[in-house]
Amino acid sequence: MSVPRYWRNEVPRYRLQGEECSQCGAKYFPTRPVCKCGSTDFKPYKLAERGEVVTWTTISSAPTGFEKYVPYVVALIELEDGCKVLSQVVDIAPDAVEAGLKVEAVFRKVKEDGKEGILQYGYKFRPVVE
Amino acid sequence: MKTGRQVGIIGYGAYVPMYRLKASEINRVWGGFGAPVEEKSVVALDEDTITISVEAAKQAVKRANIDPSEIGAVYVGTESKPYAVKPSGTIVAEVIGATPSVSTADYEFACKAGTEAMQTCIGLVGSGMHKYAMAIGADTAQGRPQDALEYTAACGGAAFIFGERSAETIAYLEASYSFVTDTPDFWRRSKEMYPRHGNRFTGAPAYFKHITGAGKALLEETGYKPEDFKWAVFHQPNAKFPINAAKIMGFSMDQIEPGLVSPRIGNTYAGSTPVGLAATLDVAEPDDKIFVVSYGSGSGSDAFIFTVQDAILEKREGPKMETFIERKEYVDYATYLKNRGQIIK
Repeated sequence: MSVPRYWRNEVPRYRLQGEECSQCGAKYFPTRPVCKCGSTDFKPYKLAERGEVVTWTTISSAPTGFEKYVPYVVALIELEDGCKVLSQVVDIAPDAVEAGLKVEAVFRKVKEDGKEGILQYGYKFRPVVE
Repeated sequence: MKTGRQVGIIGYGAYVPMYRLKASEINRVWGGFGAPVEEKSVVALDEDTITISVEAAKQAVKRANIDPSEIGAVYVGTESKPYAVKPSGTIVAEVIGATPSVSTADYEFACKAGTEAMQTCIGLVGSGMHKYAMAIGADTAQGRPQDALEYTAACGGAAFIFGERSAETIAYLEASYSFVTDTPDFWRRSKEMYPRHGNRFTGAPAYFKHITGAGKALLEETGYKPEDFKWAVFHQPNAKFPINAAKIMGFSMDQIEPGLVSPRIGNTYAGSTPVGLAATLDVAEPDDKIFVVSYGSGSGSDAFIFTVQDAILEKREGPKMETFIERKEYVDYATYLKNRGQIIK
């Protein structure tokens, strides 16, 4: 990922922040330029940081930059505010992940741009620590 | 040293990664027989000083219950910066929502970089320059394979938000003291992967001289005696040094027990004294006095006296240090090397 592209997405990825339509209240993450109601008027929306796994898959053959993490889990997570996000699930063995697993957002390193490039950080989810 | 206006901790957070490497596993690989700690914390593949700092910082903001945009400074003390050039603090400040009206920097003073950041934040808030300031001590410490430090060099950190003393303060600062000399007991040269140390030279002329130098000076300055404190925290590079430091200073095992976490997680370097203070705040009651002395090679110590207030009872929700210490999964030596990026492909 180019540095400008990473930089443009820092706030959404660092803070799990999307947008809410000012007209109909629909929430988007990632954001989009036009709402399903036709409005283009949005305000920032902070997503809930807890939710549960809806479905998941274990990646064994990873794309470039993610090889060292295999096997890792990518899950569809329904947050407590009803929003759904796709995310890695960490701090748990892949075979222990199941539908309904309660998870919370954490801030982790997502990818390294080689030995000299930038470190890319963002949200992942882990089992809730009480 | 005392501030112009009274300053205290209004929120704190701590974090320890979940992986552990037992001393016995290191002995299995290298044929050793030492065990300065039982086991140490190890990062996951996707963790580093910045992610540890963020975890602690977010918890501190949540407990402080403040608008993060009012935090005027975010300082990260560490000796394991993910970037050689680029501040860790900017990333932490961006994640918690403190940007852009904020000062950030990374502090380096071996194991006392975290408390050095605390001293700075105390000064900034005490002078009235900032409403709130956040100090973080965090590390993913380096230990050369088969070196004595490999048993103890661990990962973790804690964050403290300072503000002017009020009813919202969980522990206010009575006084602090810094004691520094040029003592080359431990160092890592630029671009080197592992530190070097002076073996036994790290003891009497380094750790003990500075810990007792700062500690005794602060007691003298304030007129307190060891028995006036409910709790005490001394920098914990292993299990033995802080126990001996407590004995020399006249403190009991009961006083250092809650903050003595190194036997179970190792030495978290710049995070070592901060996680000890966090673990102590986890169990402290209003009016308890806490005596804190850090140590950083090179060398120096920062000493602090905090008095706990009623707000502690309502501002320590969420996972405690004990939660993170007990949340663990053991790894073998190969996984430890992989997670730390010490396997060269």
